[in-house]
Amino acid sequence: MNSILLNAKDISRAINRISHEILERNNGAGNIALVGIRTRGVALSHRLKEKIEGIESVTVDHGILDITLYRDDLAEGIQKPELKKTEISFALENKHIILCDDVLFTGRTIRAAIDALMDFGRPSSVQLAVLIDRGHRELPIRPDYVGKNIPTPKSKRVQVLLNEEDGEDKVMIQEQTK
Amino acid sequence: MLLSTKNILGTKELTKQDIQQILDTADSFKEISTRAIKKVPTLRGKTIINLFFEPSTRTRTSFEIAGKRLSADVINISGSTSSTVKGENLIDTARNLEAMNPDILVVRHQCSGAPALLSQFVDCPIINGGDGSHEHPSQALLDLLTIRSQKGDLEGLKVAIVGDISHSRVARSNIKAMQTMGMKVCVVGPPPLIPPEFESLGVEVSHNLREAVKDVDVVMVLRIQLERQNQGLLSSLREYSNYFCLTSESLAKARDDVLIIHPGPVNRGVEIALDVMESPRSLILNQVTSGVAIRMALFYLLLGENNANPN
Repeated sequence: MNSILLNAKDISRAINRISHEILERNNGAGNIALVGIRTRGVALSHRLKEKIEGIESVTVDHGILDITLYRDDLAEGIQKPELKKTEISFALENKHIILCDDVLFTGRTIRAAIDALMDFGRPSSVQLAVLIDRGHRELPIRPDYVGKNIPTPKSKRVQVLLNEEDGEDKVMIQEQTK
Repeated sequence: MLLSTKNILGTKELTKQDIQQILDTADSFKEISTRAIKKVPTLRGKTIINLFFEPSTRTRTSFEIAGKRLSADVINISGSTSSTVKGENLIDTARNLEAMNPDILVVRHQCSGAPALLSQFVDCPIINGGDGSHEHPSQALLDLLTIRSQKGDLEGLKVAIVGDISHSRVARSNIKAMQTMGMKVCVVGPPPLIPPEFESLGVEVSHNLREAVKDVDVVMVLRIQLERQNQGLLSSLREYSNYFCLTSESLAKARDDVLIIHPGPVNRGVEIALDVMESPRSLILNQVTSGVAIRMALFYLLLGENNANPN
């Protein structure tokens, strides 16, 4: 019961378009920095960085957030995911931060990521880029850049596979496994 | 399940996987202590009680800072200010504390086995912060983290532990943890301070410091516990220093990249010479930094497991 929503070509086109949108909205790459949310947001942020640097011939700051410590479901008996490092080695002040994640769903991950980011400093703005927006928000959060809007039943699972993590590029929708 | 055990009573109960998991988690926590805002909200609303019946600067502060950096509320109780001076016994003290619903109890006690005893009477997880001459697991774990961050891998490393092995909970915890991680251990000291049972633990025993440090990766120097030296095991501190103080001279045959660690507090000039202590090979302050990360990892992993298995 798996159907493929995006293939490798679709993903690459979406990333291309988002790169241009980011540059257009921020008047170039001068003050922007990309921050990927572990795990697949990191791959996405690397690809956007590469594209943007290619278009503008500049270097763009890049960081990685692990939001495990900021989650709101740690006390609910959900098995904790493995904690990995957060790497933000530049000052956030006067920067437009583009948060990158693979799927936007309830918005709780993004809430946690914004909280984590604020502990590092005060950026000029925080913008959100996602590959898939599947709806069902539980918090007042909206994306600034979207690869594809995919209305989905809440019971289904949207799975993004990226080369860096999974060895291939595709987005699938499947029945919940449990 | 994250760890195979609900309490951290000793390194003896920890599996290789447990230790690996604790070290990896601690590695990720290190970064938080370098931020401008050294705090994450992870353990907000959790209460940690430090119950210390023995003096301590490093360990107690380290546990306290670790808890606070994770946003837990940390309460410190020391033996001299607790109701034990009014005659309350240890188990009653612990049960009363538990009635206030703490999430973790950290216990240091002069009697070996005190934290294990308490764990039978209270439900919340207990971390042994050092008990008599038995175990001091968080110290061994931070030693491993310090060594691993320099050497990359622990497997196959050789360590010499020098000093008063007999009274040392640090030595006992380290020997077990190091063996679990596939390291080789040699204990070095005067015969009265190395009880015969150590040979049965599978460690080498040496009474010659200069020879013992020859091909090791790490030298761990232990404090001569002045408060426990009234049994006539040493004829004098000066004699001990002559043979077992770690000096650049006693390190003459050691490898250039040998690492020096010491659990602290240091008696300068008794077990370790000033210049060795301050040399770039000495990681004594790195150990203290690692200590905070290790204790954050223990709190995080223990409370995680507790949550995953509600009674």
